[in-house]
This record gives sequence, structure tokens and C-alpha cells, in this order.
Amino acid sequence: MLKKLFMLIVAGFFLASCAATKTEQGGDVDAASASASSSSGGEITAGTQEDLIVNVGDRVFFEFDSSELTVDAQATLDAQAAWLMQYPDTNITVEGHADERGTREYNLALGDKRAFSVYSYLAQAGIDTNRMEYVSWGKERPEVVGSDETAYSQNRRGVTLVSN
Amino acid sequence: MIKKILIILFFSFNANAALEVTIAQGKVEPTPIAITQIFGADSDTARYGNTLRQIISNNLTNSGLFYTVNEDLYIQSDNLVEKVPRFEDWKLIKAQFLLSADVSKTDKGIRLRMRLYDVFNAKEIEKLQLTIPDENLIRRVGHTVSDIVYERITGETGYFDTRIVYVSEIGPLDQRVKRLAIMDQDGHIDSHQFLTDGKNMVLTPRFAPNKQLITYMEYKNNLPRVYIYNLKTGEREIVGDFPGMTFAPRFSPDSQSVVMSFSDPNNAANSEIYLMDLNTRSRSRLTNDSGIDTSPSFSPDGNKIVFNSDRGGSPQLFVMDKNGDNIKRISKGRGVYGNPVWSPRGDLIAFTKLTQGNFHIGVMDINGNNERVIVRDFALESPAWSPNGRYLIFHRQKRSNLDGTGGEVTIHFIDITGYNERVIPTPRDGSDPAWSPLL
Repeated sequence: MLKKLFMLIVAGFFLASCAATKTEQGGDVDAASASASSSSGGEITAGTQEDLIVNVGDRVFFEFDSSELTVDAQATLDAQAAWLMQYPDTNITVEGHADERGTREYNLALGDKRAFSVYSYLAQAGIDTNRMEYVSWGKERPEVVGSDETAYSQNRRGVTLVSN
Repeated sequence: MIKKILIILFFSFNANAALEVTIAQGKVEPTPIAITQIFGADSDTARYGNTLRQIISNNLTNSGLFYTVNEDLYIQSDNLVEKVPRFEDWKLIKAQFLLSADVSKTDKGIRLRMRLYDVFNAKEIEKLQLTIPDENLIRRVGHTVSDIVYERITGETGYFDTRIVYVSEIGPLDQRVKRLAIMDQDGHIDSHQFLTDGKNMVLTPRFAPNKQLITYMEYKNNLPRVYIYNLKTGEREIVGDFPGMTFAPRFSPDSQSVVMSFSDPNNAANSEIYLMDLNTRSRSRLTNDSGIDTSPSFSPDGNKIVFNSDRGGSPQLFVMDKNGDNIKRISKGRGVYGNPVWSPRGDLIAFTKLTQGNFHIGVMDINGNNERVIVRDFALESPAWSPNGRYLIFHRQKRSNLDGTGGEVTIHFIDITGYNERVIPTPRDGSDPAWSPLL
């Protein structure tokens, strides 16, 4: 029963995540927010992944073949750090991802550097490293399927996932 | 392994190869070979004979160096194992070589007798007799006989009695399920086997030169680490206790060590190349640079390592001594290089290169000279050498679309002259192929 409930919550996260992506793509904002709120059955619970996605932003994007944080990325991470301060019981995993235009092994290395960039920025912003883990997925888990720059720019990302 | 099981009576009459084939020749006109029916007196032995003939004929044809003369043209239909062929009949249909064989049952198992003739010189050039103790070894015997014919006629080492380990892929491109799988080099479905269940993502398997072990990367409990799979026992073991991601593993030529990348959290998660001794469990760091260092591959003599690094700005290929000294860049062309793999002959390095929107698979001399592109497409990766250094396998992926379609990935075989490309069939999509040594 508990497991089933957990599955439902996770499913909710995925829906919310898709909706957030659509918003970034300049899609239908009304539809996106409707989807986000319906997936949680109304109110967004504070301190959850959904809260992070909708009210803070769960991800940062990188330039091609780079693990440096852009100005935009730093602003997002400042907001994430503040949010993590606000919910001190929250633990996170940072995922680093790459687009498909590189070898599998090089992209694993690049994804790890990207994840670590996010992780260490948050650490420097005062988040206890005991609350954080990071992992590279290289090019293995694209957010957007597609072989063009629209997809690639959204796949070169660092994603903060609430892990508890 | 098979040599222990089989009793091989083997007579060689001439040490010189009947046909000299060198890689530098470029496109080779395939040599016509006739393969008679492989005769069997009862339904079982006839069936074994058919299977063997098909395996041998497919192997030789797929090599690009032979083609099997159409059976309908054969004038003489006798079993030519105990009888001298009418060479004129075979010359007439332009068969340069002629193979005949038969299968019978004995109290020790299945007996195969084979004769190979040089038609133009009207002489026998090879004969063998072997006993197969178990029906399940028929496919391997077919591959072994193919190797003998290939070696006898071309003078090169064969590659047919080998296996390919690869990553089997299924599911949506953003939630791909990836399993380790293994098959004969011809991809025949009867030889296909999954090694992992797909619960954890696996990537980049590579064979040990000792044929018993496979090293690969697995996300166990979401921790990406290098593992070793033992083909004999089915056991899986992590390689070392590292506090961060380990990946891109390859065995040393003596199978005693694994060279791989480690992204150390105490080094800003920057990937460096490490050598892990599997006996002593000691590890040594070979590179030390702020750039990414990955995809190491040993030279067959074990003295050098070629690897991929972006230390100069963009990813390029470098060679270093086995202890990490004397690092030299070897890639000279424009583009982003990766996946360097040292040839088993020692003279070439295969690689991928991304330039002008396309991936290329090519080969270069070990000092980076004489770069040649073998195949070009939107997405190509993971070149791996045949054990005789004449062929490459790799994977080719189609473009994917926003609606989730496309992205099919398949394993391909190609002669390093750039000719004779074909798909190696897999039951699902396949990527990251790696070739075993000759078994």
C-alpha cells in the first residue's frame, strides 16, 4: 500500500517535471500549471520536488562541452540553496547529464563534472554535503528525445532531485 | 577450450598460404569457393551437415574474401572426402577452391571429416577429421572449420570462433533498459544469451584477453562503478572501492589489470586514468591534468596506452607509457576525437571523430599519421577490433525525433578497407559491441 502510494507520488513528479519543461520551451503556460496542480491533486506541498520545480526551478543548463555554471544557472542555484535552507530535513541528489553529441565515455565524465559543479556550488552556498549526493548519467537519460539543438540544449543539464 | 574437447587430426601439406591477402590491397575480389553438401547417412547427421555447411558458407561469405559458388551449378555431386574430385568439373564453374565433408555417428560422438582442394592446382591443401562429443558444439565446430579454411587460403588468422559481448537496448529513448548480452560473432540467434536482467543500467563491456572475464560499467544502487563479470561462474565483482564514479574500463593484455577512468570527488570529479591490479588490488594514477582523461586502451605489447583527453581544449587522442610518462598528442585532424582502440596487430588505432555534424570511424597509425575514415554517419560509436585486426565492429544510431520515434541503434561489421559493411543481427537494439579473442 505504502509502495503504491509512493509510486503515485513519483508519477506525479514526472508529470510535473514534463510540465515544467514545456513551460521552459515556451509552451502553453496555462496547460502546464494546470497539469502541475492536477498531478498533486490541488495544492503543492511545501518542501517537495514539485515545490522545487514550480517555485524554484529544479535544473540548470550548460553550454556545449562545458561544466561551468552560467549566470542564469548560478541564480537558479542561489534560489535552490535558499530553498534547501528553508527545508533543512530535505536531502538531494544532483544528476549531471549531457547531450548525445559526444562519446558515451566522454559524456559520463562531462556529466560528472556538471553534477559536481552544481553540488559544490550548493556546498559553498552553505548546504551541508551530508544532505547531498551527485551522479552522472552522461547521455543515457535525455530529458527531451530528439536529434537537434532544441533537445540538446535541454539535455545538457544538472537536475536537483529531492531524495527523501 | 574446444581443443580440449575435440580430438583433432590435422594434416598440413603446404605451409604457404594459397592466396595472399593484405589489408593494403583495398577492395578484394571475393574468391569463389564451392562447398559440397555435407553428407550424412541418417536424418540427424544430415541435419548437422546442413547446419555446418550453412555456418561455413555464411562465415566465409561475410568475411568479404570469399563467395560460395551456387550449389545448382555443381556438376559433380559426390562425397569428395574419400574420392579425388573431377577438378575439370569444378574449374568449369570457376570454383577456385572446393570443400567437401561428411558427418557420421561413432561411439565417441559425431565424426566430421573434411577435405579442402585447390581446384586450379588440382590438389588437396587441407584435410581434417574431428569428433564432436556433444551436439551443442556443432556451431562452434562450424566456426572452427571456417577458421581453418580462412587461414589455409588467406594466410591470415581467422576470427570466426569468437564471441561478441554488447549492450542490448529496449524501451523509450529517455528510459532505456540496457542489458549485457553475448552471442557468436555471426549474431546467430541460437548463440544469443542475456547476462544481466536489465534492472540496472550497464554500459561499455570489454572482453579480457583470457576470454573468461568481461569488464563493464553498471549503475548498481545508482552508483556507477566498474565491474567484472566472470563468464564461467556468472559472478559479478566490483573493481576496487572508489568514492566516486569509475568507468571506461579495459583489460591489460595479460588480463591481470584493468585500466579505467575514476572521477574523484576530492579532485573536483575530474576524470583521471587509473590502473587497477586485480591480484594485489593496488591502484595507481596514470594521469594528472585538469582536463577530462578517459577511454584508455593498451597497446597489445602492454607498453603504451592510448586515451582521450580534452586537456588542450577539445577532446583529442594521446599516447602515454604504461606508467603515465611521455604523454604525446597523436590526433592531428580537425574535429572532436574519442574512443581510441589499439589494434591487436599493434600497428593501428581505431577512433571516432565528430566533425561537420557527423561522426566518423577511422584508423590512424600509432603516431597519428595516415588517418583514414572508414565510415561516416550521423551517430557512430564504439569501434572494436576483430582479433585478427582486419575488421571493426561498431554501433550506428539513427536520428531521434521529438515524438520519441527513431534512435534505432544497431551493430555493424566492416572491413577496415571500408568495404563489406553489414549488420550483425541482434534480437533487440544493440550498442557498445566488444569482440572476444579467438576462443
